[in-house]
Amino acid sequence: MEKASSRYKGIFPVLSVVLLIIVLLSIRYGAVSITLEDMVSAFQKHLSGEQGLNLTERIFMEIRLPRAILCIFVGASLAVGGALLQALFRNPIVEPGLVGTSCGAAFGAALYFALGATFNFNVGEYTLPLAACLGAICSTALVFFLSQSKQTGKSSVVTLLLVGIAINALFLSGVGFLSYIARDPQARSIIFWNLGTLSGANWPAVIIVGISTITCLVISLRYAKHLNALMIGEEEAQFIGVNLKSLKWKILLINVIMVAVATAFVGVISFVGLIVPHLLRILKGSDNRFLILNSAVLGGVLLCLADLLSRMLLRPAELPIGIVTSVVGVPIFIILLRKKNYFF
Amino acid sequence: MIQTQNITYTIGDKIILDDISVTFNPGNLNLIIGPNGAGKSTLVKVICNQIKAKEGWVQYGSENLADMTVSQLAKIRAVLSQNIELAFPLQVSEVVMMGRYPHFSVKPTEKDKTACEEAMRFFDVWEMANRDYMTLSGGEKQRVHFARVVAQIWYPPENNMGRYLVLDEPLTFLDVHYQFHFMHKLLELLNQKDIVVVGVVHDLNLAAKFADHIVLLDHGKLLAAGSKEEVLTKENIKTAYRLEPIIHSEKESMYLFFE
Repeated sequence: MEKASSRYKGIFPVLSVVLLIIVLLSIRYGAVSITLEDMVSAFQKHLSGEQGLNLTERIFMEIRLPRAILCIFVGASLAVGGALLQALFRNPIVEPGLVGTSCGAAFGAALYFALGATFNFNVGEYTLPLAACLGAICSTALVFFLSQSKQTGKSSVVTLLLVGIAINALFLSGVGFLSYIARDPQARSIIFWNLGTLSGANWPAVIIVGISTITCLVISLRYAKHLNALMIGEEEAQFIGVNLKSLKWKILLINVIMVAVATAFVGVISFVGLIVPHLLRILKGSDNRFLILNSAVLGGVLLCLADLLSRMLLRPAELPIGIVTSVVGVPIFIILLRKKNYFF
Repeated sequence: MIQTQNITYTIGDKIILDDISVTFNPGNLNLIIGPNGAGKSTLVKVICNQIKAKEGWVQYGSENLADMTVSQLAKIRAVLSQNIELAFPLQVSEVVMMGRYPHFSVKPTEKDKTACEEAMRFFDVWEMANRDYMTLSGGEKQRVHFARVVAQIWYPPENNMGRYLVLDEPLTFLDVHYQFHFMHKLLELLNQKDIVVVGVVHDLNLAAKFADHIVLLDHGKLLAAGSKEEVLTKENIKTAYRLEPIIHSEKESMYLFFE
C-alpha cells in the first residue's frame, strides 16, 4: 500500500527544477543574449527604484521575463484543462478545447482581424483578447446549451462531446470564411493567431492569466479525488459518493475559464493539453491528485521549451509556437507511448 | 434491513415495476431472480437511488432513502455491478482505495489503509496490490472490485445505520469456479459482519444453493418471496420462465434441471 502512494513522490520537485532551468535558458537565449548578471542587476535596479536600465536589462524586464512567465501560466492552464477534461469524459483523446472553447476564441479573433479595421471597433490594446475571450465563452455556452436533453434536462457526457465536435467544425468554417474574405495581411494574422504567439506578452497579460491559472488550479485540486472515482464509471462514482451533476458543471466551468483566458492572450495552442497528462500517466500513473498539479508544471516546461525553440530555430525570425509544440511534443509522446505498455 | 414499500416504476405507459414490497434482512444472503425484463435491474436501481420510483418508498434501517444524500449513502452502502472497465490505468491498490473515498477528504487515514489491506487479503488480491489493473484477468478484476466494495463498508458506521451491500449481477461473466468462490466469500462475510446483502443472479442453481431469502420477479410483479423451498417451486418457475423444471433434492440441497 505504501508503495502505491509513494510512487508519485519526487516527480513534483524534479519537474520544478526542470522548469526553473528551462525558464532561465529561455530568458538567456534569443535574438539578444542576456547573462545571469544582467538579470541580477535588472532586479537590483528595479527593487531599489533606480531609473535607467540599460537595453539588455530592459529586454529582460519588459520582454523576456513576462514572456517566460506567461508561457508557464498558459502551458499550465492548457495542460490542467486537458487533465480535467480527460478525467471528466473518461476519454484519453480529449483535449481542453474540445467543448468549443478554442474554436470560439479563434472565431472571435478572426472577427477582430477581418472586420475590426473596417468597422473600427478597436477599443484599445485589449480588443483582441476581449474578442477572443467573448468568442470562447459564447461557443462554449452554445455547446452546453445544445447538449442539454429536451426530455430530462440532463446532459450526457457523450452528447456534450459530439456537440462540441460539431460546434468546433462550424466555428472553424467561420474562421475559414473570414480569412477568405479578409485582405492578405489580415488573413495572415488569422493564420498566425491560430498557431499561437507569445510575442505580445506583457505584465498585464501575465497578471490576468496568472490569476485565472492559479485560482482554477487550486480549485480543481479539490475535485481530484472525485475525478479519480469517475475512472471506474459514472454510476460507480455515484456509488462512492460523487455528486456527478454538480461535479460536471464545476469542472467544465473551471476548464472554460482557464482555457478561454489563456487562449485570449496567446492564440490557439493545440496539443499541450492533450499530451501533458498522458506523459505523466505514462511516467507514473493516473491518480488525478498527482496528475493535475504536475500537469501544471510540465505544461509550463513544455511551452517554455517550445517558445525558446520557436525563437532560436530561425533567428532572428520567430516561428509560431503552435508549430513547435507539435514538433517537440509528438516525438516524446510517441516514444513513451511505444516504450511503456500504456494501453486502454 | 432494506425495505421497499409499494414501489411502482413506469416508462411512458409501460409498467416496469408494479407495487413491489419486499424486505431484505441482515445476516441473510438475499437474492433477486427472474427472467429477462422482469424488472430485477430496475428494482436494484431504485434501491440504489439511481432512479426515482413513481410511487412507493425505500427504507435503509429507519432512514428513508429519499432523505439521504449521495455521500451519506456512500458511507453505509456499497454497490458492485458487472464488467467494470477503467478509463485510465491504475494500480490495484488505488482501485481498492476508491472504496474508502466516502470516508476521507484528501488523504486516506491509517484506518482507511487498514480497511483496504484487510479487504484485499480477504479476497486474495493483496499479493497483486502494486500490479496494473489493466493487466488482470476478468476474474482477478472482479476480485479487486469485490475488495473495493467490501472495503467501503469494512467498519460499522458511527451512527448505527447498518451496512448494505448491493450486487447487481456481479457474477454474470465469471466461470463456475469464481461464481462459487465469491458466493462462499459472501457467506463468510455474512458470518463475520452484520451486513445486509442484496444480489441479483441469473443462475437459478446458484440461488438454490446459496440464498437464504429469494425474491422472484416476473413482468414487474412480485411472484414469490421467501425461502428457496417456498420460491423455487415447479409452478413458480414454470410461470416465470415458461419452462418446466425437474427439481431434485438431495441432502438439503436443491438442483434444477430443464429439458
